[in-house]
Amino acid sequence: MSSHIETSHEEHVVHGGPLIYTINLVALLILTGITVGASFVDFGSANVVIALAIATMKATLVALFFMHLRWEKPINAVAIVAGFLFLGIFLMFDLIDIDHRRDPTPRNLPVMTEKEAPTPVPGSMNPLLTPAPEALPAPPAVVEGAKEGEGKAKGKE
Amino acid sequence: MERVLTAETTVSTRSLSEKNYLNQETTVWSWMTTVDHKRIGLMYLVGSLTFFLFGGVLALLLRLVLLTPKHTLFGLTVDAETYNRLFTLHGAVMVFLFIIPAIPGSLTNFVLPLMLGAKDVAFPKLNLASFYIYVVGAIMAVTSIIIGAVDTGWTFYTPYSTTSAGSVALITMAVFVLGFSSILTGLNFIATVHKLRAPGMGWFDMPLFVWGMYSTALIQVLATPVLAITLVLLTMERLFHIGIFDPKLGGDPVLFQHFFWFYSHPAVYIMILPGMAIISELIPTFSRKTIFGYRAIAYSSVSLALVSFIVWGHHMFVSGQSQLATVVFSALTFLVAIPSGVKVFNWLTTMYKGNIVLATPMLYAISFLILFAIGGLTGIFLGTLSVDVHLTDTYFVVAHFHYVMMGSTVTAFLGGLHYWWPKMTGRMYSEKWGRIGCALWFIGFNATFIPQFIMGSRGMPRRYYNYLDQFQPFHAFSTFGSWILGLSLFMTAAYLLASLRKPADAPDNPWGGTTLEWKTASPPITHNFHDQPVLEREPYDYRPSAGNRH
Amino acid sequence: MSTTTTNLPAHGHDAHEAHDEHNPFHQHHFATMEQQFDTSKLGMWLFLATEVLMFGGLFVGFGLMQGRYPQEFLEAHTHLQKFPGVLNTVVLLFSSWTMVMAVHAAQTGQKAKLRMYLLITIACAVVFLGVKYYEYSHKFEEHLLPGIFYHHQATDSLPNSWGYATFFSFYFMMTGLHGIHIIIGIGLLTWLYIKAGKDEFSSAYFTPVDLVGLYWHIVDMIWIYLFPLYYLIT
Repeated sequence: MSSHIETSHEEHVVHGGPLIYTINLVALLILTGITVGASFVDFGSANVVIALAIATMKATLVALFFMHLRWEKPINAVAIVAGFLFLGIFLMFDLIDIDHRRDPTPRNLPVMTEKEAPTPVPGSMNPLLTPAPEALPAPPAVVEGAKEGEGKAKGKE
Repeated sequence: MERVLTAETTVSTRSLSEKNYLNQETTVWSWMTTVDHKRIGLMYLVGSLTFFLFGGVLALLLRLVLLTPKHTLFGLTVDAETYNRLFTLHGAVMVFLFIIPAIPGSLTNFVLPLMLGAKDVAFPKLNLASFYIYVVGAIMAVTSIIIGAVDTGWTFYTPYSTTSAGSVALITMAVFVLGFSSILTGLNFIATVHKLRAPGMGWFDMPLFVWGMYSTALIQVLATPVLAITLVLLTMERLFHIGIFDPKLGGDPVLFQHFFWFYSHPAVYIMILPGMAIISELIPTFSRKTIFGYRAIAYSSVSLALVSFIVWGHHMFVSGQSQLATVVFSALTFLVAIPSGVKVFNWLTTMYKGNIVLATPMLYAISFLILFAIGGLTGIFLGTLSVDVHLTDTYFVVAHFHYVMMGSTVTAFLGGLHYWWPKMTGRMYSEKWGRIGCALWFIGFNATFIPQFIMGSRGMPRRYYNYLDQFQPFHAFSTFGSWILGLSLFMTAAYLLASLRKPADAPDNPWGGTTLEWKTASPPITHNFHDQPVLEREPYDYRPSAGNRH
Repeated sequence: MSTTTTNLPAHGHDAHEAHDEHNPFHQHHFATMEQQFDTSKLGMWLFLATEVLMFGGLFVGFGLMQGRYPQEFLEAHTHLQKFPGVLNTVVLLFSSWTMVMAVHAAQTGQKAKLRMYLLITIACAVVFLGVKYYEYSHKFEEHLLPGIFYHHQATDSLPNSWGYATFFSFYFMMTGLHGIHIIIGIGLLTWLYIKAGKDEFSSAYFTPVDLVGLYWHIVDMIWIYLFPLYYLIT
């Protein structure tokens, strides 16, 4: 690929135009309506997927038509897609870590009898020398049907 | 003045009365407001070398403390906190104020447009802005050093960094600012390579230095923004306890490491790729032979940049990330070694049956090949999961990264500095002192860091200010090595500066190079070329009958 | 590998170059205005890629924290009112439209329309900030604030109200950073408005309008993703 000084009249051709832009705006507003509507229906875990899918459609419309990528040299699109792609890589590998963590408690330690157990030392950072912690409180149950703006403090103390 | 090459060197084409970019305007204001990439390159050179000196002095102090297990410095006992601050500073200054900005800011800024036959980079004013952003970041960093006592290590791991006293917020914001300088420089270079090549210069007619710098720029643009947000999140955690990284607040400390290393691993390729780019220029020129495997080297540069983004977890093998992640990252780390290997073999093959000229830049290039082989291979040892479990956080790691960062990148930087010195300054340095300096550098470097491999493999932990008696001979040897290293650098600085007192009468092309920067005067005129150069030859074409040369 | 190349004359094609050299905005390291415009655009797109990555880091952090505290995040969502969110989305989409119409006006040399559309875009941005101010003050009243300032009655007795605090920390960080970008955008649009008044833009040179337009659309795009994640997942 060589870089000639081009005499194309690219710069004088106006792409897009009010009609296309207006149609695009209408499409975006419709998609917004759809996504808001979908949020009132419980699709379970699919809600997030639907919301993000519609958001991506909207983003694509903005990029292609408002931002002119439809009519521009591909390198500009490559730049922005690369941004999303590498972000995706970051997320993906983080999930490979976070979704696959296992309980790190070692299971191959010899069991100690009462006589062998070391005397607890108060304030020690060594887990073998601190007394066993008390049980943690149970996590809260999800309060069903909590309305917006309404506190859940109903005589709690 | 010793001429090293006689074949195609030309005398200076500059008429005595013609102004060059150095003396066209001489006021301080003209330098401060310049948009000339060559002047900006020189300013970056001075700035980054100043911080190299600062970081280097810190290193010498560290090595002095480690001379004996009694952790004393000139008779005074150094306590642990002070030692922690010393190595934090050494790391932060070297990484963020020297090695990441140095080659892109100085040599690349100067040479890239010339190599492309362009008058300047794509966005000259942005170039100047990048430099000033660097200066602001540097001032912030130095301030945090003076007023604060950061002791977290340059890696700022949580939860210590979110809870320790010391001006962590200031230094991380300094790094944030420096990151923007890096992003904008990378952005500028990408646009320049895409749009400002000379007529007739396609992608595969560009010098390999440009390919290497383009790949570096890709990383600068894609990785640094994540560092920016990481530092913002760290500062927010510190100031407002938002609960993302601190386990006491329900956060995940390993998540910080993911955020941090997502940038910092590609960052080490921001460090090495420019060094490799320089070597790709030095080897064909001083072997008087066309580079072997041009496309292989070009493709390997880009693939190195891209693959560098999927291996960061190899810095986190024992951090607590999932076992699946450790295995995946280890396997991918083997992949990232391949492009580096491709380059080394191509460089060696280029030298084979070439007409080797052992000028100072070539001596640095050969040093690079040896030191990079060691650094790169030891990287594989560390990337091997089962081995790394034992070697992590030992001096083995310290030795590995000094071999790649210093033994490779700085060696290449020195080689490039000598190579383009006549172009930048119009003077030739003393070849005799150049060779002595390189020899001392090589000896001093190995003397400093080989003992560190050995003691690391025997269990000496890193970032420790005292140690068992069995490690003392190694530490002592390493400290003596650091003195030879320091001496070599001071000597190099001395003879390079001394060369500036000579008249500016270096030839346009003292080395017989074939790339476009050698077609203009040494030093060049402000607009680089009198007429728009048109590419007529393949790069590195050393065939006797090559091209139509006028 | 390409071999010897055609000997293009140093100063190439005639009409365009001659015309370009008279353009007061022509920077001389570029051969033609078209090359200059294309390069500026590429530079802007590269910058937008960095914005995607920077904001994206916050999105990733938010997503991972949501995975850590799914119930708390779900609960906390209910404290965000949908209506202001929808209103802001519509306002920003509309402002994106007025922005591209402004670029079009600049491209076709219509100064009055350009200024009108710029003004409307600024107005939309101000409305957006106004709605956000309303939302923020609502949060302040309820003490639904980031990190150490978080204090909500309903979650006092819960051992891991961290999840709630983290949610609001992210809410403020992300909408805050987005809001800062809106403010910067207002500044840039105002600057354009002033320059347009001085007749600096025409069909031969409207690069700044185009570039600010691209910036504005990215700000809109970030909101397109922010909106469902914060307001619609219940």
